[in-house]
Amino acid sequence: MTSIILLSVFGIVNLFLGFLRSNKVLLPGAMLLLLAVFGANYADWNSEPASYFNHMLVVDHYTVAFTGIVLLTAIVLLPFSRSYVVSGEPNLAEYYALLLFSLVGAIMMIGYDHLLMLFVGIEILSISMYVLAGSSKRDSRSNEAALKYFLMGAFATGILLFGVALLYGATGTFALSQLAAAVAAPANASLQPMLYIGILMMIIGIGFKVSAAPFHFWTPDVYEGTPTFFTAFMSTVVKTAGFAAFLKLLAVALPAAQGFWMPTIQAMCALTLLLGNVGAAAQDSPKRMLAYSSVSHAGYLLIGLVASKGVLKGEAASAIFFYSLAYSIATVASFGVLKLVNDHRQNDSYAGLNGLGRTNPLLAFVMTVAMLSLAGIPLTGGFFGKFFLLAAAVGQGYIGLVVFAVIMSMVGLYYYLRPLIAMYLRPADENATPVPVDGIQSATLVVLALLTIILGIAPGFLSGLL
Amino acid sequence: MLTAVLLFLPLAAALLLLLTKGATARALALGASLIEFGLAVYTAFAFKNSGAAGFDLNYSWIPSAGINFHLGLDGLSLLLVLLTTFLVPLILLSAFKRDFDNPTAFYALVLFMQTGLLGVFTSLDAFLFYFFWEVALIPIYFLAGAWGGERRVAITLKFFLYTVVGSLLMLAGFVYLYLQTGPAAGSLAAHSSELSAFYSLKLSAAEQSWLFWLIFAAFAVKMPIFPFHTWQPDTYTDAPAPATMLLSGIMLKMGIYGTMRWLLPVVPLGVSQWQKPVIILSVIGIIYGAIIAIRQRDVKRLIAYSSLSHVGLMAAGVFSLTATGLQGTVVQMLAHGVNVVGMFFIADAIERRTGTRYIPDLGGLTRRTPVLSVCFLVMLLSTVALPLTGGFVGEFLLLAGVYQYNAWVGAVAGLTIIFSAVYLLRMFQRVMLGPDSAFSETITDLTGSELLVLVPLIALVFWIGLFPNSFLHLAEPAVASILEVVARGR
Repeated sequence: MTSIILLSVFGIVNLFLGFLRSNKVLLPGAMLLLLAVFGANYADWNSEPASYFNHMLVVDHYTVAFTGIVLLTAIVLLPFSRSYVVSGEPNLAEYYALLLFSLVGAIMMIGYDHLLMLFVGIEILSISMYVLAGSSKRDSRSNEAALKYFLMGAFATGILLFGVALLYGATGTFALSQLAAAVAAPANASLQPMLYIGILMMIIGIGFKVSAAPFHFWTPDVYEGTPTFFTAFMSTVVKTAGFAAFLKLLAVALPAAQGFWMPTIQAMCALTLLLGNVGAAAQDSPKRMLAYSSVSHAGYLLIGLVASKGVLKGEAASAIFFYSLAYSIATVASFGVLKLVNDHRQNDSYAGLNGLGRTNPLLAFVMTVAMLSLAGIPLTGGFFGKFFLLAAAVGQGYIGLVVFAVIMSMVGLYYYLRPLIAMYLRPADENATPVPVDGIQSATLVVLALLTIILGIAPGFLSGLL
Repeated sequence: MLTAVLLFLPLAAALLLLLTKGATARALALGASLIEFGLAVYTAFAFKNSGAAGFDLNYSWIPSAGINFHLGLDGLSLLLVLLTTFLVPLILLSAFKRDFDNPTAFYALVLFMQTGLLGVFTSLDAFLFYFFWEVALIPIYFLAGAWGGERRVAITLKFFLYTVVGSLLMLAGFVYLYLQTGPAAGSLAAHSSELSAFYSLKLSAAEQSWLFWLIFAAFAVKMPIFPFHTWQPDTYTDAPAPATMLLSGIMLKMGIYGTMRWLLPVVPLGVSQWQKPVIILSVIGIIYGAIIAIRQRDVKRLIAYSSLSHVGLMAAGVFSLTATGLQGTVVQMLAHGVNVVGMFFIADAIERRTGTRYIPDLGGLTRRTPVLSVCFLVMLLSTVALPLTGGFVGEFLLLAGVYQYNAWVGAVAGLTIIFSAVYLLRMFQRVMLGPDSAFSETITDLTGSELLVLVPLIALVFWIGLFPNSFLHLAEPAVASILEVVARGR
């Protein structure tokens, strides 16, 4: 709870910092504010689970843990906004304020105990994202991305809200615990179809936000057009918060309707894995590849939802937590490197990475670790993320799905190797100069690579956290 | 504790290496690998030989999933640790003469890989084993890719995809086995991935039948046995010589070792179902590799196919499930490691002097290079399995083992000796003797530092050939205990 209050206050403080007309203050300022929020969130870990706003928001280990991922992601992402500082971007204070506000939305999505809180959280997060997607005003692709994201997002929001309304109609409540009871023992059996349509609509709405197939079609275009810095934010924070919300919805409110949502989620999962991986393999730009790869990771996380079988505590939830963390770190690292390289080389195809191993060994190394992690190769957090998810699913008997996921991750190997091949095995342009990287950026990249490796060597201290 | 030092010393050295440059890096890498070899020798002397694993090191690694960081050494592991630590300094030394860019990264990768290899040979936990299995793969990908020949991009990609797909199948098999251990409770921590827990599983014949292929896929690709070998000749040819030596001398043994430790005792019923097809595949590989080797005109490619042929025999020996066959495999793993590293080293020495590996372009080299000729001949005759050399002991035991399994199969497998004599002697004749070529007057003999690589190899060739018992007695209890677990499970 402290973190929500602090973030809201700090967002406003940040706007006032903008009056100083000096971008140099903003980055360290935002960084310090976020670190303070991270500390406040950590302090919540040991306190008793607490309920706020008339039981609309609950702060327990689940909330604190996922909030931790979201905040950490934002902290390690900030240094890559340096180019905005340097270029004297006039709206930087607003961008940072929007980021801070969007984190409030993310935390509400994670900690909600009431469907309206979920809806408000999703909207706070999404509206910030619509604006940020179009933040590069003079770039027509950015404008297109923002418009596309906004139209599709508004549509999905409508569906989600309709689902919430139908759920309310069928059960007479918005509160998760009461929903669970009402779904398990319906007062009026004739309302059952309404309930199911409501559930389906909610799945569609959230499925859109986490870009799960078949609601993923906006992802590649929006990711491509959005400035890379915000793409990284979009593909990590939104996804983590989305899955935390998704798991909570299914496991806390709807375990009794498992017979209905389980086949739906399974089908979505298989489709997402297929379209994400095959789509990523067909791309010619690393940014679009990462967009499709983020779709495929939604597929792996959906396996976690399947394996949860409607239980919030336990292996599947821990696996989703661990996977989100490993995925977020690796994604921030890869988008970070990509942003630095693209800013300098102005070439967003794979060829833009050519010879990076020679000109910038550090960037190439971090990118390598990130790619290996996303591909799920041992020594990286991504390996244990996949391992925990798949083991949880096998433990629940979903062998077919797991076999399919393993086959799909073999496809994944192909496209995650392509940046590596470009960086190490292809020569750079003759007049290629090293990509300039400043101290804090390289420090952040090193931290990200180290975190990925630590998660890959000693996952024990986080795997049983929830 | 010794085991942990043994495992992590190369890794620490690799990290340290990244801070240094040029000659310092070279000296540091070699020094570290020599200390490592010394440690391994010390371990061998301190080793008390019984069937069970010694030097046990067991920490809880991922408590929430019941996974342990469990290392241990038995005779079999020890022999492979000795082989690895013995070959790595020589491989590093062989790279000294090469003129390539960023040597620091090269040496660091080799040392990094050594940790992976040693981890594979000492792990007693399935996930730890898988972990190191993949750790050994990452550096070789970069070694082959970054310093390889012209077609390196396509070839390393193929190699990587082949091996990783195999590994993933193995992982799927391990996860299944893991979930069969312990009580069927909801928590992962109730399960165990210990090797011993896998050994005591009671699985139905039908389960073991498909589990066999899941697990064997990774090993079959890595050895490689026919028809999983298609990456091998390309990769061996295009990778830089030191990487080829690592691949053929040590990495290939991961597959055979894995089969002995993680396949035979874990799914014995699956093994008896598939024993015959696998042996037939191996024998096909023997003949196929040999016949193709006869037609090769590239020295490195010829050695690659010859290695394919010899690996086939080792696979057949393992699957004969006889004590003789397994013992033969162990000795042959050592002998083959030494032979193939020596052969590739000599091929590389010739290529560096003449700029070509194309056999018809070479000829009449021996007049100016007596030392090189002798070394080449020794390595070659050991590969052909001439008595008194290491190759002979291994192949003899292997053939005896396969013969015990089935006389006809043994007879066909025995053709390997005849074939290898044909293609290897022909190559020697064309390259070293034969009509003079453009290089016969200009070529120089081996230098001192090159002899530093070859003399230990030759010494070991004769040591294995003359005193095989010093290795056999280490392998014996380990082999016996593996066969005992297999027999119990059938």
